[in-house]
Amino acid sequence: MPSEPNHILEFPGGYTRSTGPVIGRFLTELRAGRIVGVRTAARKVLVPPLEYDPETGEPTLTTPGQTGPVRDPVREPALSYDFVEVGPAGTVREWTWVDPPRKNHPLDRPFAWALIRLDGADTSLVHAVDAGTVKAMRAGLRVWPRWRPDRVGSITDIECFVPEVTTIVANVRTAYTVTPGGALGRYLDGLSRNVFLAGQCPTCRSVYVPYRLSCPQCGSVIDDEVEVGPGGSVTTFAINNLPDPRAPQVPFVSAYILLDGADIPIIALLAEVPAGEVAEGMRVRAVFEGGTVKWFAPEREA
Amino acid sequence: MRPVAVAAFAQTTHTDHDTGLSEPELILPVIQAVRAQSGLREFGFTCSGSCDYLAGAPFSFVSALDALGAWPPIQESHVEMDAAFALYEAWVRLQHGDVDSALVYGFGKSSLGDLREIMTLQLDPYYLAPLGLDQLSYAGLQGSAVKSDVAAIARRSWESARSNEYALKLPEPVETAPITDGAAAIVLVAGDLLQERTDLAYINGIAHRIDPHYPGMRNLARSASAAAAATAAGVGKGHVDVAELHVQFAHEETILVDALGLGAGTDINPSGGPLAANPVMATGLIRIGEAARRVMDGTAARAVAHATSGPCLQQNLVAVLSRES
Repeated sequence: MPSEPNHILEFPGGYTRSTGPVIGRFLTELRAGRIVGVRTAARKVLVPPLEYDPETGEPTLTTPGQTGPVRDPVREPALSYDFVEVGPAGTVREWTWVDPPRKNHPLDRPFAWALIRLDGADTSLVHAVDAGTVKAMRAGLRVWPRWRPDRVGSITDIECFVPEVTTIVANVRTAYTVTPGGALGRYLDGLSRNVFLAGQCPTCRSVYVPYRLSCPQCGSVIDDEVEVGPGGSVTTFAINNLPDPRAPQVPFVSAYILLDGADIPIIALLAEVPAGEVAEGMRVRAVFEGGTVKWFAPEREA
Repeated sequence: MRPVAVAAFAQTTHTDHDTGLSEPELILPVIQAVRAQSGLREFGFTCSGSCDYLAGAPFSFVSALDALGAWPPIQESHVEMDAAFALYEAWVRLQHGDVDSALVYGFGKSSLGDLREIMTLQLDPYYLAPLGLDQLSYAGLQGSAVKSDVAAIARRSWESARSNEYALKLPEPVETAPITDGAAAIVLVAGDLLQERTDLAYINGIAHRIDPHYPGMRNLARSASAAAAATAAGVGKGHVDVAELHVQFAHEETILVDALGLGAGTDINPSGGPLAANPVMATGLIRIGEAARRVMDGTAARAVAHATSGPCLQQNLVAVLSRES
């Protein structure tokens, strides 16, 4: 169909079809929020139920026109019954992913068609599974029906099936008031003047940035304040694919940067360069904005 | 059984788009071709296979008869299935013994509508059609049930199709049969008409069997009905040189080769098969025609043809052809 259609075939109002006693019972139970199968003479439970056993051709209803309650085969094993409640949960067997969905499909986002063996059934139901991503789909996945609130007696009264609950989201948020004092206060004060302050150990001569009051290696008190950077080189880096409000985009690069004159690197954002072009040893330079380091960027040739 | 043979076969040069020909115009050349090949102008029985939903015109199969010239009245029938199943009806009709020739034809223009959703209309209206389950989706469910080297099947079909002048000229191998417009016709003969001819492919066995419609009631990795049809048609009674299989999705070939019990010595779909041209409703008939053609030209001593209908290979027809009655 290369272009917009110019011919429509439609039966206004649709065909009216009788359901018969078996399909009608199944659809009526669906409307009530239950799924039933029919038990064959060989004690197999067909879901969805059929009027005739596909293996033998025998009618599945022992009492034609039966309208009685669904029996529980465990509590009432001696009774003769035809309809058996199954599910509502089931296990995915075969499945195929749909992306993008068609306009007639039950969901408007990517989903899976699946053959679902409902608990208590011996055959599989064809329906949609709203799994979110294809990675969530697998044979053996446990799924439950998602019912429509306004049911009419149709296979689509089940909107789709959804995976079992296996995870929850636990939110954590607490608030604090932090005051930078001591060495960190002096360091931040330096940044506000676009300067990186470091401290040099009088004993081992190591230069630490950010500025600190004692040498973490030998314990000596640091008195000498030195300026390092703002240029430096990348020692190692990571490409991050989860968004961060401080980062320019996803993916973004966080890098260890050894500032010129320092002996230990600092971790910082690296921007203004495609993630794939970042390399160890790359020369970078701090970009200051609003009294702090916005990020580092590749050092441009003068 | 009364011996019946294929005496003529013709197909259109298939297209991947609507050329604007009406259905009678599409059919006319293949009808004329099989009349010329068979030397027959009139037929004791005529049977066609087509689907009105393809063109979106109820009873379009009736107007297609304009291509035949149906006056004075002819004995005619139609199946809303692939024309391979019309050929089965014609074979049964020839068994009655009162007529000795039959014309079978099938045609389809899949390019006019959305074939994937038109195929939803063949599904049961209670459990499957309301879901909007389309052809690619139910084929995908079956594909996930079977281990199949679909890339290799697609490539072999594509390479074979290079020597098939009627197939589409596809730029690369495909695992799903392409949208195709086309038609095909076959003439069957029996009785005295067999004596006058030497260029025949005898139908040694033909049968069709059906599985439950609902895919969840079956083991989709196998085709019990194709296996039963193959047994009934006698596929296993001798070596099979060539098999033309109605493979609309590459994984179906794996299922069918297994069900028909075909071995490494059988050339599968030397025409390229439906993965090279799929004029829906003629595709299965073309399998019989391609198998017969190879028997007639001596390429194959014994050939098998397969046709299917319904979702996930629900119904399967198998025919065995050879030069021997």
